Amino acid sequence: MPAFDEMNGFGQGVRPAYRTIQAWLDSSDPENLKRLQKEAEFLFRRIGITFAVYGDAEAEERIIPFDIVPRVLTGSEWTALSKGLTQRVTALNRFLADVYGAGEIIRAGVVPADLVYQNPAFRPEMVGLKLPHDVYVQIAGIDVIRTDDKDFYVLEDNARTPSGVSYMLENRDVQMRLFPDLFAETRIQPVDNYPDELLASLRSVAPISAPAEPTVVLMTPGPLNSAYYEHSFLADKLGVELVEGRDLFVLDEVVYMRTTRGPKRVDVIYRRIDDDFLDPMVFRPDSVLGIPGLISAYRAGNVTLANAVGTGVADDKAIYTYMPEIVRFYLGEEPILKNVPTWRCREPDSLRYVLDHLPELVVKEVQGSGGYGMLVGPKSTREQIEVFRAKLTADPDGFIAQPTLALSTSPTFVGDGIAPRHIDLRPFVLTGADKVRIVPGGLTRVALKEGSLVVNSSQGGGTKDTWIIEDPADLPSPSSLSQSQSQAEG
Amino acid sequence: MLSRHADSLYWLARYVERAENTARLLEAATRLSATPILAEGGRNEWEMAVDGTGTLDLFHQQHAEATQRSVVDHLAFSHANPSSIRCCLDIARANARSVRTALTMDMWETINSGWMETRGVNSPNLTRQELSDFLSRVKELSLRFDGSAYRTMLRNDAYYFLRLGTFIERADFTARVLALKADVLDPSRPSIGGSSDYFQWSWILRSVSALTSYHWVYRDNLKPNLVAEFLILKAEMPRSLVSCYENVTLNLDSLSRDYGRQGASQRKARMLLGQLQDTTLPGLFAIGLKEFLERFILDNANLGNTIAEQYLG
Repeated sequence: MPAFDEMNGFGQGVRPAYRTIQAWLDSSDPENLKRLQKEAEFLFRRIGITFAVYGDAEAEERIIPFDIVPRVLTGSEWTALSKGLTQRVTALNRFLADVYGAGEIIRAGVVPADLVYQNPAFRPEMVGLKLPHDVYVQIAGIDVIRTDDKDFYVLEDNARTPSGVSYMLENRDVQMRLFPDLFAETRIQPVDNYPDELLASLRSVAPISAPAEPTVVLMTPGPLNSAYYEHSFLADKLGVELVEGRDLFVLDEVVYMRTTRGPKRVDVIYRRIDDDFLDPMVFRPDSVLGIPGLISAYRAGNVTLANAVGTGVADDKAIYTYMPEIVRFYLGEEPILKNVPTWRCREPDSLRYVLDHLPELVVKEVQGSGGYGMLVGPKSTREQIEVFRAKLTADPDGFIAQPTLALSTSPTFVGDGIAPRHIDLRPFVLTGADKVRIVPGGLTRVALKEGSLVVNSSQGGGTKDTWIIEDPADLPSPSSLSQSQSQAEG
Repeated sequence: MLSRHADSLYWLARYVERAENTARLLEAATRLSATPILAEGGRNEWEMAVDGTGTLDLFHQQHAEATQRSVVDHLAFSHANPSSIRCCLDIARANARSVRTALTMDMWETINSGWMETRGVNSPNLTRQELSDFLSRVKELSLRFDGSAYRTMLRNDAYYFLRLGTFIERADFTARVLALKADVLDPSRPSIGGSSDYFQWSWILRSVSALTSYHWVYRDNLKPNLVAEFLILKAEMPRSLVSCYENVTLNLDSLSRDYGRQGASQRKARMLLGQLQDTTLPGLFAIGLKEFLERFILDNANLGNTIAEQYLG
C-alpha cells in the first residue's frame, strides 16, 4: 500500500489543508520552479547557512537542501500535536528531576535501575543537585511522524542539544522571499518569535543569585562544528554573546567572560556542546573546548546550563521505550503522542523476534544519533543485514528495533517535477520556569531519495518550510482527528 | 563585547584592507610594465610590487625571478605568502565567520559572496584581462565591505574596533610604499631626469590610488616633495598618514568615551597624531624621509600591540 500523502491522503483527492499548494503547483511552470529551487540554494549559500558533515573533508561546508514545496498542517492538527508535546516534555523534565533525586520511578519498578544508573549518559555529578525550577530540558526537539491523518508518533526525543531550529526560521524567510504570492493567499502562523520565546525561557531559569537582568550567552564548540552556522544565527537573533570555552573562566565558583571592558559575570549558558566537553576537570580531561571549573560553579548554583548536564539519560532509545509509562507515572494521564512500537533487544523474547525479522525491521543503536549506525531492513542487502545480525547478537542491550513505518509523504520538487517523498517533523519545545512554549511549526525533514525513509541531513535529507494554517472553513468534522480542538492555537 | 570578537573584527578589517592594497599594487605594476623599463639597477615593477607588501625575502625564497607570472602567483594566489590576496580573503572570512554576530547581514554577505566569487580564480597564468577582472573584484569586495560597515553597523565598540583595523593597516601600507621610494622623493637627490622620475612618482600615487586626487589638490605637475606632503601630511587625502591617524584617534576616543576609561592606546595615538600634525615639509626632509617613515612604521605597529594589550587580550 502506498504511504499516506499529506496532500493526497490515500488517493481520495486533495486534502483541504493543501488546496493552496495544489493550486500553486498546478499553475506553476516546472521550469520556473526549477529556477526558483536553484535560487533558493544560492540564497542559502550566500547567507552561509551551511553545515559540516563529519568524516567528509572535501565538503567542509555544505548546505542542507531546501525543498520549495511547504509542508502544511491545520490549526487543529497542530493543537492536538502541541498538547502532546507539552505533556511529553513535562514528563521528561519530571523524570530527570526524579532520577537525579529520589528515584521514585525506579523504586516503583516502572523503569529498570540499570537502564538509568548504568547508562553512559547518566551523570553522577548531578545527583542531589537542585536546579532552578527543576527544569532540566529547556530546549527539546521531539521528532514525530505519522502514517495517516490520525495520530502522530514520536520517533525520538532529543533532550541534549537538539539542532535545526535555524532552518525552521530561515526556511520561512527564504520561502517568503521567493514566493511572496503564495503567502498572500494563506494565513500562516508566524515562527519568527522563536528567539524571543527562547530568551524568555532561558532568563526564567537563571540562578536565584543572578541579577534581575541575567546575562545569557550561547556557547559553541567553534566554527568547525557542524552546527556553527546555527549557533551564530541564534546568538545573533537572541542578542547574546556567542562564546567559546576560551572566552569564559571560573573564579571563586562564578563564571565570567572576557570582554573588552574586563571580566563580566555570566548567569545562563545555552550550551551547544556535549556534556563530555564542558569541563576538563570533571569530564574529558583532553577537552580544550570546555571551561575548567564550570561544574563547580554549576554545582554551587551560580550558573544555569541549558540544557542541564546529564539529560541524555532521558532521551536514549532504551528509555524511549518506557516513555508511555513515564508519562502515566508522573502526570497520571494517558500519553497523547504515541510511541512507535519498539522491541527492546535486551529482552530475550524481543531479541529472538528481531533476529527472525531483520529484513522487515529498522534496528537502531541505543546510543546512536543522526541516522548513523542504523539498519533499515527492507532497504538493506543481505550482507548488510548479516553484518548487523552479528553486531546485534554481540551486544543486544545496545539496540532496539521498530517496524519499518510508512512515514507520510509530502509533495517535493525533485528536479524534473513534483513527487512524493517521506517526511518527519521536529517541533521545538521550550520549557521555562513559568510555562512550556512551542512556536507553531518546526523543522520538516524530507528524505530526498526516492523511497528513502532516512531524513537526516547527514544522510541525504533536505528540509521544508512548515506551515500551520487556519483550519479551512469547510474542514470535515474532525472525527478522524484524535484529541483535536477546533480552535486554533493563540 | 567579547575580547575575542573585538580581535576578530580588528583583524577582519586589516585583512580586507590588505587585500585591497595588494590588488592596487598589482594594478600599478601591470600598468607600469607597459611603460619603458626603469633605469634602476634592474629592479622591475613586479619586484617593486612585492617589496611594497614587505614580503621580498619570502618571495626570493620561492622564486628566482620577478616576472608577472611569479609575482601574480606570490601576491594574489600563493598559500605560502600569508599576505597574498588569497590568504587575506581566507583569513578575513574565517574571522568574519567567527564573529558573525557582530556583523550585519550586508557585511557578512559581502565577505562571503566575495570570497566565493574569487576562490575559483587561482591560476597565475591569467590573461591581463582576467587578472584585471580579478583585481577589480577584490577592490569591489573591500569597497562594499567598507560601505556596508559605514551604512549598516551600529556605532558601538564593534564598529570602532573594525575601523581601527582599517586605518592602522592603511597607514602601514601608505608608509611602506613611500619608504620604498623615499630616495626618489628626496628633493636634494640629483634627478635622473626625464620620464623615469615621473614613472616612479606616479607609481607611488597609483599604488594608493591618489594620482587623480593629487592633481585636484595641487593643480600642478608631479613634484617629489609634494607627493611626500600629500601622502603624509595632507588631512584631506584619506590615505595620508595624518588622515589615518585622525581616524585612529577618533575611534579610540569613541571607545574610551563608551567605556568611560582612557588608556595607553589613546595616549599613544594622540601623541602620534600630534607629531604628524606638527611636522612640516622642510622638517620632514631635515629628519630624512626614510628615517621618518621607518620610525612611523614601528610606532604604528606598536600602537597595534598596545590596542591588543588593552582590549583584545
